[in-house]
Parts: sequence; C-alpha cells; structure tokens
Amino acid sequence: MVRILFGASGLVALWLLMSGLWDKPLILIFGAISIVLTMWITIRMDEADGEQLAFAIKPFATVKYVIWLLAEIAKSNLAVSKIILSGRMPERQKLFMVPVSCKSEIAQVMFANSITLTPGTITVETENDQFIVHALDFSDEDMDGLADMDARVAAVESSVQS
Amino acid sequence: MSNWELASDILGWVFIISGSIFMLIGAYGALRLPDFWTRLHAVSVTDTGGVLLLTAGMVMQSPDWLIAVKLVFIGVFLFITGPTASHAVANAALVSGLMPKGEVMPGTTGKEAKAMGATSEEKSY
Repeated sequence: MVRILFGASGLVALWLLMSGLWDKPLILIFGAISIVLTMWITIRMDEADGEQLAFAIKPFATVKYVIWLLAEIAKSNLAVSKIILSGRMPERQKLFMVPVSCKSEIAQVMFANSITLTPGTITVETENDQFIVHALDFSDEDMDGLADMDARVAAVESSVQS
Repeated sequence: MSNWELASDILGWVFIISGSIFMLIGAYGALRLPDFWTRLHAVSVTDTGGVLLLTAGMVMQSPDWLIAVKLVFIGVFLFITGPTASHAVANAALVSGLMPKGEVMPGTTGKEAKAMGATSEEKSY
C-alpha cells in the first residue's frame, strides 16, 4: 500500500512537471486517468511476477562517482578529439580483457556503461568476472585507469546484495 | 538584464558552441577513421561531449525552469541509453566476427580474444 501511494504521488509530480499545466480541468482529468491506468497496470504486474528491483548502490557515493566520471569524460573527449584531428591513422587499437571486481548486476552495468561513455574505450562483451574492451589508442596506463574505475564502482556498490 | 542572467547567458553560449565543435569533430572522425571499431570511438565523442555540453548550454538558455527540468531529463536518459546502444552495436560486430583491421597490436586481435573465452554465442539469455 505504501508503495502504491509512493508510486502514485511520484507519477502526479512527474505529470505536473512534464505538462506544466495546473489550471486546465480537462487536461488534469486526462492526467488523472492516465495515472490511475498506470497504477492499475503496475499492481497487476506485481501480482503476475512479484519480482522487485533492488538498487544496491549508495546514493551519495553514486553522485560523487558521477562527478568524477564527468571529469574523466571531459579528459578523454579532448584526447580522442586530438587523435581525430591529428591526421594520422590510429595504429594502436586493441581488444583486451579487463578484470571486474564488482558483483551486483547494477554495479557491473555502471562499470560497463562508464567504460563505453569514456571516449576511446568501448565495452564489447561482458562476462561475469571480466569484460572485453576495445581501445582506440591503447597504452599501459589504460589498464591502471580501468582498474581505478573498477575500484571506484566497487566502492559505490553497497554490501547489501540484491 | 541582471548580472546573473548575463553570466548564465554567456556560459550557455560557451557550452553550446563548444558542444557543437565536439559534434563536428565526432562527425569528421566518423568519416576519417579507417574501420568500424575506430569510427565507433569517434561517434562516442558526439555522444558524450557534444550531447552533454549542448544540453547543459540549452539548460542555461532555457526561459523557465520547467523547460530546464525537461532538458535535464533528456540529458540523463541520453547518458544512460547512449553507451548501451554503442555497446549493443559493438557486441553485434564481435559476435558476427568483424575484427579490427589495420595495424593491430600483435596478439590482440578479436579472434584471439574470442579464443580466450569470449564465446558470446554460447551464452544463454
């Protein structure tokens, strides 16, 4: 019941935020109908599978991590732009394995997406304890950088397993 | 126009122009680089630097906070879906056997990565 109330009030807030209309009764009624419909479908789905999503990450550590990630993205954007504008063909592209220490699925998704978000590296394949990563301009520091990123994601991951 | 509005106006334009430059660099790289794998990296410049700077600039330029909130939502969703789509494309290339060409460092081609245990075809979803 608490979850239903939380969900409904969240949807009301989202709807008002997205439409920005407070004073048109017809539109408000349409919004109310769509929220009731969504909640009804959600309740039915819960009855169907009963599976709940658990986000086993620490909220404040995640915000800190995202800020660090944005700085990394800025740095590697400049590096890749330099390679593109340099006029030479990149000769050191490489596919390599990266060990992964985080356990929960959400942390692994965060790590894989962080690698892909950072220009110059793309996660190609994910397995349980290692990723295959393609790098545009491979150097030995890349491995250290990725191990550092892995440690940071593992720090965000909370000990409560989903 | 107050000082604060002027500052956010100027900052917004700086973001929009630098984001556009990253967009152009990414597009140029996608044309210039030699093969699929390296072109994917060029596109990821437009995906992150370009998109993030442009949305940040548009947030600064937006006339009221409702539009700014919507732009932030768009930015967050692109931040999540962009790398997921790139990963899907790269994974499809590896699974279908498209390997990096050109002067790849010895001992590191995709075929050997596959032999090392990357057998995605056998994975059960």
